Amino acid sequence: MRIGVYICHCGGNISDIVNIGEAVEFAKKQKDVVLVRDNGHICSNEGQMLVLSDIREFKLDKIVIAACSPSFQGQTFMKMMERAGLNPYVLEMANIREQCSWAHINYPEEATEKAKDLTNIAISKVRLDTPLSKAKMPIGKRVLVIGGGIAGIQAALDLGDAGFKVYLVEEKPTIGGHMAQLSKTFPTEDCSACILSPKMSDVAAHPNIELLTYSEVIAISGYLGNYNAKIKIKPTYVDPSKCTCCGDCSEVCPVDVPNEFNEGLSFRKAIYIPTDIAVPHSFTLDIENCLGLLPLACAKCRDACDAKAINYDQYEKTMDITVDTIIVATGFDIFNPAEKPVFGFGKYENVLTALQLERLVEHEESGKNLVDIGNKIAFIQCVGSRDEQIKKEYCSRVCCMYATKLAQLLKRNRPERDIYIFYTDLRAYGKGFEEYYKRAQKNGVKYIRGRTAEIQENPKNKKLILKVEDTLTRSLIEGEFDTVILSTGMVPSEGTKKIRDILRIGRTTDGFLAEAHPKFKPVDTLTEGIFLAGTVQGPKDIPDTVAQASAAAARAIRLMNKGEYEAEPITASIDEELCAGCGVCISVCPYDAIAFEAEGARKFAKVNEMLCKGCGSCAGSCPSGAAQQKWFNTEQIKEMLRAIL
Amino acid sequence: MSKPKVAFYWCASCGGCEEAVVDLNEDLLQVAEKVDIVFWPVALDFKRSDVEKLSDRSIAVSFINGAIRTREQEEMVRLLRKKSAYVAAFGSCAHIGGIPGLGNQFAKEKLLKLIYEDLETNDDRTVPKPLSKADGNELEIPEICEYVRTLDQTIDVDYYIPGCAPPADIILKGLTAFLKGELPPKGTVFASDKSLCDTCPLRDKKPDKFSIKELKRPHEVIHDPEKCFLSEGIICLGPATRSGCGERCINANMPCRGCFGPSPRVYDQGAKILSAIASLLGIDEEEIASEEDVSRLIDSIPDPVGLFYMYSLPASNLGDKRRNDEQKDNS
Amino acid sequence: MKKGTIERPKLVVFCCNWCSYAGADNAGVSKMDIKPYFRIIRTMCSSRVEPDTVLEAFKKGAWGVLILGCHPGDCHYKNGNYKALRRTLLLKRVLEDMGYEKERLTIDWVSASEGERFASVVNSTIEKMIELGPPKNA
Repeated sequence: MRIGVYICHCGGNISDIVNIGEAVEFAKKQKDVVLVRDNGHICSNEGQMLVLSDIREFKLDKIVIAACSPSFQGQTFMKMMERAGLNPYVLEMANIREQCSWAHINYPEEATEKAKDLTNIAISKVRLDTPLSKAKMPIGKRVLVIGGGIAGIQAALDLGDAGFKVYLVEEKPTIGGHMAQLSKTFPTEDCSACILSPKMSDVAAHPNIELLTYSEVIAISGYLGNYNAKIKIKPTYVDPSKCTCCGDCSEVCPVDVPNEFNEGLSFRKAIYIPTDIAVPHSFTLDIENCLGLLPLACAKCRDACDAKAINYDQYEKTMDITVDTIIVATGFDIFNPAEKPVFGFGKYENVLTALQLERLVEHEESGKNLVDIGNKIAFIQCVGSRDEQIKKEYCSRVCCMYATKLAQLLKRNRPERDIYIFYTDLRAYGKGFEEYYKRAQKNGVKYIRGRTAEIQENPKNKKLILKVEDTLTRSLIEGEFDTVILSTGMVPSEGTKKIRDILRIGRTTDGFLAEAHPKFKPVDTLTEGIFLAGTVQGPKDIPDTVAQASAAAARAIRLMNKGEYEAEPITASIDEELCAGCGVCISVCPYDAIAFEAEGARKFAKVNEMLCKGCGSCAGSCPSGAAQQKWFNTEQIKEMLRAIL
Repeated sequence: MSKPKVAFYWCASCGGCEEAVVDLNEDLLQVAEKVDIVFWPVALDFKRSDVEKLSDRSIAVSFINGAIRTREQEEMVRLLRKKSAYVAAFGSCAHIGGIPGLGNQFAKEKLLKLIYEDLETNDDRTVPKPLSKADGNELEIPEICEYVRTLDQTIDVDYYIPGCAPPADIILKGLTAFLKGELPPKGTVFASDKSLCDTCPLRDKKPDKFSIKELKRPHEVIHDPEKCFLSEGIICLGPATRSGCGERCINANMPCRGCFGPSPRVYDQGAKILSAIASLLGIDEEEIASEEDVSRLIDSIPDPVGLFYMYSLPASNLGDKRRNDEQKDNS
Repeated sequence: MKKGTIERPKLVVFCCNWCSYAGADNAGVSKMDIKPYFRIIRTMCSSRVEPDTVLEAFKKGAWGVLILGCHPGDCHYKNGNYKALRRTLLLKRVLEDMGYEKERLTIDWVSASEGERFASVVNSTIEKMIELGPPKNA
C-alpha cells in the first residue's frame, strides 16, 4: 500500500493557524505513507495536476487530502481520482479547515495537534478503504411539482417544455398563488395578473402537465427514480369542462363567506370562482360553507346551472402516482400581525396588511372601491421581520420595495395623498430598485427611519395615532393617520410545514426549508431528487423565485435526462457465512431493503443494493457483526478511534 | 508408548463444569483409558507439588474451568500453563468470565463489604483477610484479586470449550481433537461460527420483520413455545451468541442467556445485543414517541448489565478496562 | 491527543454526515470559538454508531463520547436518530451501573444550519469533561 498525503494551506485559511510543517512531519511517520506534500491550494488545477503526477511517479494507490470539508470539495477530489485512474473511494479527506483552523482560531497549538489527529484518522481509514463501484439505475422522466404559485408554475412549464411529464399539485381551487393577488410588481409596475395569467393558461393547456388543483399530497415514500406519492383530490362538485363561469350559481347561493382572495375585505359565496383569471377556469363548491347538498337543505345552485355542470355526487378521491423527482414550491404565508398586538391589527379597523392593500389598490384603480382608506397613510415596515422578540430575525426582502410600489400606486390614484413609510433600514438591493425608490421619494412619498412602538386609535374618528422617533434627525413625528398599513413579512407556509413532515427535509432556523449548500446547491435538498423552488426556501421576490424555479427544473432535468443515474455505492452488505437469520437488520431497515434468502436449511439476510441508501442502521444493530456498511465498516470506525485515542 | 497426560483444574466456578465432565458417562471411561489424568482436584488426590514436579510442557492438555478471582487461582493456572503443551479454557467462566464476572460491576472492597458486613443473613461480620490469627495460629487464605478475569486475560489460552456448562458433545469434540492430534488453529472456539438463531427451533416461527413493544421477563409471561422469544418481547441473547449448545435453554422454554459467548467477529457480546434490542424496542412508535416515552421504555429494562453481560462482562470492553487497571496495579 | 504535558480532555464526537457534520462545518465557517479538545468521527447516520464502538472509545481512554444526529423528525434516513437515541440511553444505564458518571455519554441533535448549537453543545460537554477529569473506576 502506498499512501500519498497532501496538506493544504488553503491560501492561509489553514496555514495561518495550523503549523503545516509539523503536520507534514507527523504524516510522514505514519505507516504506509510514502509521500507527504503541502500545497497552497490543492483544489486548484495546478494542485490537482501535482497530485496526478505524483500518483504516476510514486505509484500512489491511496490518497489523503487534508484540506477543507469533504462536503465542500469532496466531489472535486473524487473526480481527480477518476482522472488518475484510481477509484474515488480510496480517497479520504481530513477536514482541517472548517473543523480545525476555522473552529480553533484562538488555539493555534491545539489546532495543530488536532490537524495531525484528523489527518491520522483519514490515513487510518484510507488504509482499509476498498474500491467501490456505482451501480447504474434507470430513471424516468416524471416530476411531481408541489405548489402552484409562480414558482411551481415556472418549474412545471420548464419541465413540461423540455418533454418531462409533470404532476402539478395545488391545494387551492386555482393555481397562481400569492402573485395572482398582487396589484402590480416592483419595480417595473407590470400588472401582476396580466403577466401571470398567460402562464397559468399555458399550464392548463400543456400536454405534459397534469394539473391537480384542490388537491393535497398526503404521503410520499420511495427514492430518486421511484418516489410514490399519494394525492388527495377534493371534490369541487363542478365539472370544469361544462362550467361556463356564468356565475348564475353564485347569484342564488345564500351563503356569504369572507373572500380569501381579497384577504377578507369582501365576501364570496359558497360556490365561487376565486378570481377572474382562475385556472382551472371553473367554479368550486366549498363544501365546508355550503348549507348542504340535499334539496331539503338548499341545492339552489344545481337548479340554477343551465350548463348542468354541478354534480353533487362527487367524492374525495386519492390518486397514487410514481415520479422520479420532486420539486417543492409550497411558498410562504404572510406573517400574522395579530402576533404583534401592539399594532392593533384586528382591533382597529383601519389597520390593514400590505396584502390587503394590494387588493384594495387594484380595486381602487378600477373604480370598484372595496373600502375607502383615506388620504393620510402610514406604512410600518418590518412587521414580522427583523424582530428578535418574536424570533423572526431574518429580513423578508420584499417589504421595502412593495411598500414603495404601493405608496406610488396610492399616490397615482390620488395625488393629494400624504404617505409615510416608517422603516428600519431601507433595502433597495435589486436591479432597478434604488432608482425606483428614488422616484418614489421624488414623487413625495416620505421615508422616515424609525420604528413605532405602538399604534393607538382615536376613539372619536377611528383615526390612528402614531408616535415615531425619526432616528436620522432625532425628531419626534406624531400624527393621526386614516390608515396604517403593516408591511408584513413572509413566514413558511402551512403547506411547507406539512410537506416538510412528509418529505423529512431539513429546515433552517427561520423555518424555511434548507438548501443542500448555500452557495453551490441553492435549489437542491440533501435528499436526492428533491429540489426547492421559490419562497419555500426563504423570502424572495418574483424574479428570484422564477430564476430559482427554472434552476430547480434544470437540476431535476440534469438527473433525469440521461435515463440512468449512479446509485450511492456506500451501501450495506451482509456476510452470509456469519448471518444466522435473526432478522434484526430486516426490522430496522428504513427502506425495506433487506430480506431473507434461503438456501436449503440456511437462511440469511440479503441487501437489495438498489433500495439501500447506506445509513448503516443494520450494521449498527446487527448482533453478530454480519451486517456491515461499505466505506464505514466496523473495523474502519474502530481504526479511526484508535487513531485519536 | 505412554498415555498423554491430562489435567483438569477449577478456578472461580460453580462446579457445574466438573459435573459436565462426569456427565460424559461411559464416554468418560473410554477417555480415561486413553489418557493419564495427572491432576484433578475434584476427583483425584494429587497435590500442587505433584504438578510442580512434572517437567515443563509435559502435560498434553490442561482443561481449566472457572474465572480468575483469587491469587491462588492465578498462581495455579500459571503453573499449569508452564507444565502444559496446550491449555483449553473450559466453560463460560474461563472463556468469557461467566457469572462470577458480574462481580466486576463493583470494586473488591465494595463486594467484600456487601457480603461480609452489610448482608443481614451473615451473623459473623468478620471480613476475611489474607493473613489472620485464630487460636494462636497464623492462617493464610488466598487474596482476592481486584477484578475477575477470564483465563486468557491471565495466561495464554489455546482453545475454548464454551458453555455453562459445556455440553457433552462439545467436550468430546474437544477431547477427541486432542487425542487424535487433529488440532484446529489456535484460538478456536469449539462451537459454531454462527449465532444461535441459525439452529434455533423457533427461527422459522418468527416473522421476518418484527418489533418489540415492551420487554417482558420470563416469569412475567406465559411464553408461547411456538414463538420466537425476542419477537414476544422476552430478552433472548441468541442473536449475539454462538450456536452449538444444542439449544438446551430454548428447548426448556427459556430464552438464551449468552453462555456460549459472542460470534467470531464480535468483541463485545453485551453491547451487540444491547444495540439490537434497543433498536427494536418501541420501533413501531418511534416517530411519535416523546423523549420521555423513550426514557421510560429504556428505564423499564431491569439491570441491563446483568441482563446483557450475564456471562461476558470480564471479556467485554467494560471488563477489559478493569483488567488494564489491574495490570497497572501489579506493575 | 497523545502529546502534551497537561492532560487534555479527550472527547470523541460521532457526527452524522447530513445534519451534525454539516452543523460542525457551519460552526467552523462562522468561526465560532470552540474548545479544541474534541475529535469528530463522521458516519453517514447516527444509527451507524455501534455501542460496542462507544465502549471501545472509553476503554481506549476517551473522557467522554458525544453522539450528534439530526433533530427528531429530520433524519436524512427517516428514523436512524431514534435508534441512536434508544441505544444511547440504554448504554448510558450500562455505563452508570459500571460506575461512569452519566455525563460521560451524551446524545444531542444539531441541524446543518445550527453551527451555533454545535459550538455550544460541544463546548458545554468539554467543560463538563474538564470538571469530571479522566474516567475513574467505580
